[in-house]
Amino acid sequence: MKEKDLLGLLELPAEEIDELLTLGMKMKERLRRGDKSLTTLAGKSVVTLFYENSTRTRTSFELAAKFMGAQVVNISASSSSVQKGETLVDTGKTLDAMKNDVIVIRHPMGGAPHLLAKTVKAHVVNAGDGMNEHPSQALLDMLTMRENFGKIEGLKVAILGDIRHSRVAKSNLFGLKKLGAEVSMYAPKTLIPEGLDKMGAKICSSREEAVEGADVVMGLRIQLERQKGGNFPSLGEYAKYYGANEELMKYAKKGALVMHPGPVNRGVELTCGLIDGETSRIEDQVLSGVAVRMAILTLLTEEKRVC
Amino acid sequence: MLIKNAQVVLKNTVKVTDLRIEAGKIQRIKKDLIPKKGETVLNCEGFTVFPGLVDMHVHLREPGFERKEDIASGCRAAVKGGFTQICCMPNTEPVADNKVVVSYIKHRGEEVGLCKVRPIGAITKGQKGEDLAPIGGMKAAGAVAISEDGKSVANSKLMANAMQYASDFGIKCLCHCEDATLSDGGVVNEGFYSTLTGLKGILRAAEDVMIARDICLAENLSLPVHICHVSTKSGVQLIREAKARGVQVTAETCPHYFALNDSVIASYDTNTKVNPPLRAEEDRLAVIEGLRDGTLDAIVTDHAPHHEDDKNVEYNLAAFGISGLETSFALAYTLLVRSGVLGLNALAKKMSENPCKILSIEGGAIEEGAPADLTIADLNEEWKVDKNKFVSKGKNTPFDGWKLFGKIKYTLVDGTIKYEEQK
Repeated sequence: MKEKDLLGLLELPAEEIDELLTLGMKMKERLRRGDKSLTTLAGKSVVTLFYENSTRTRTSFELAAKFMGAQVVNISASSSSVQKGETLVDTGKTLDAMKNDVIVIRHPMGGAPHLLAKTVKAHVVNAGDGMNEHPSQALLDMLTMRENFGKIEGLKVAILGDIRHSRVAKSNLFGLKKLGAEVSMYAPKTLIPEGLDKMGAKICSSREEAVEGADVVMGLRIQLERQKGGNFPSLGEYAKYYGANEELMKYAKKGALVMHPGPVNRGVELTCGLIDGETSRIEDQVLSGVAVRMAILTLLTEEKRVC
Repeated sequence: MLIKNAQVVLKNTVKVTDLRIEAGKIQRIKKDLIPKKGETVLNCEGFTVFPGLVDMHVHLREPGFERKEDIASGCRAAVKGGFTQICCMPNTEPVADNKVVVSYIKHRGEEVGLCKVRPIGAITKGQKGEDLAPIGGMKAAGAVAISEDGKSVANSKLMANAMQYASDFGIKCLCHCEDATLSDGGVVNEGFYSTLTGLKGILRAAEDVMIARDICLAENLSLPVHICHVSTKSGVQLIREAKARGVQVTAETCPHYFALNDSVIASYDTNTKVNPPLRAEEDRLAVIEGLRDGTLDAIVTDHAPHHEDDKNVEYNLAAFGISGLETSFALAYTLLVRSGVLGLNALAKKMSENPCKILSIEGGAIEEGAPADLTIADLNEEWKVDKNKFVSKGKNTPFDGWKLFGKIKYTLVDGTIKYEEQK
């Protein structure tokens, strides 16, 4: 990768996304064989700096780093400590002074990884910043799609759920469009922010329209903590009018994949039947996650080619 | 003092003439005046003389936030930017909601002795939106207006009372228009770029509904009202329509609203964070049209200096505001006059005459007998904004590195040179 950091898929060229997916696929095959003893990152350190709760993403990055021989330190700062205490800039400088190599940051505010990346010499990986991006999640989603369909180009991906607050939706939109997929979206109007159409998404007026002919139906988590402002009346009403169910899947292509970045609110974004169904790839996404994060750490830390 | 050979921006014309200043007043305006014995002569050939610029919306931060700015540094920035009078908002610590703080600010301004410092008092005690501040006492101590600055008085009845009570003392409410339930913690304009950056948006309606409310109050009470820093196309239209039906409404905007649109937030540069937020290109163009057709009466800076620590943080956590005193004139001249939107007379109205009229304060015109508050600029000099050369403590500008026309050469207050460009 040319850049020092992985901040988002908006800035990442298609060929680098492709390179990450190709290496990610190799890593996934290794993991399936039980091979967890690479030494690519031996002698390197990775700090996960999480200002938001996360089990899945943090563990996934930690294991990815450890499977390749890195030393890993986890720092959890509660969001409230962002407002007081040490500034992000000072925290970054402190970690740099300790000769750390990579910082994986999750932060409740968009652009925080960009600020950190400007401040530190270490490589910065964005593990989710506010409502902005979550590049490793989109990469793992694309890895799962590519493994199933052989390629991304020409796929039709329907995204349903809390799109307004979703960094996953945006990273997927940027990545999928760059690799030639179509992306359609549907959600209550209160959860669709302005401008996504100009970024290449097809904003639909019904869930059936969004799912029509889809190869992949992706549910996004309804972030309960973000719904205080009355974006919709209740989870029951959400599930009834906006959720994905077996009936809806009839509009998709036969055998269309069901995906979700997790954690799932069972019976809200997706019915239990879809979550546990044959075409669900929710668990496979988790394996793709470790694999793609191994690829990210490998390509970010390799010696940069001098042009 | 005799100012020779300058291009002078008079009320309705611009002509090359001389100005004689005596006892702090403009004594004579006439071509080819002969210097008296011992009289200082300022040869201003090639320069343009404006009536002293007046910024009716600044933040000087003193008392309380001297790390960001103080009255002395703010006044130095003002005269460097060509301003002879500045009106400072009450959001200090303690709040300027009583005659003691108002009087302190006024006297500190006089002590500094650069430009004229005109305090603005708070509308409610502690800017809490609950009880009226002692408006009469603040007026007596030197307040030229009242404003809740940075927020609206949410209680509409209280706002109506404030407008009525203030009118008894001949002063106006300057209204920051924002419905806090709509802005709801947003930090940028709601639109394409808020979605792109994942930063929380503020609907234009957050500003518009309060502009509409304050217009309705003014109309219903037959009282004047002034709308601060208009940033939206729809807000400009609300004011235009109100003026057309005779409402006594005046309005201001800031250079950043006609110079920038919200595409600049894509970099997460916290120097672009300002309230109201930078809007879309159509809003920027509407603000320019509002200035052109007279809907917007005044150009103000909303000078909001901050310490670097207040800006070198996550976008959400960064303070709102732009340090504007040292770039305002050149931005307005370059983007409005050189582009043909406004003539020099119209620029002088927006930056001097109209603010004086709105606030009923002296100044605003070059005429015999008027105070010799003068701003002298070289309009043909192109210069590059360098925030490190700001004399304001606030280096927070999104215009760093911009090339602009119009360089302030001298600023005169009551006939005394308070700023002279150092080569």
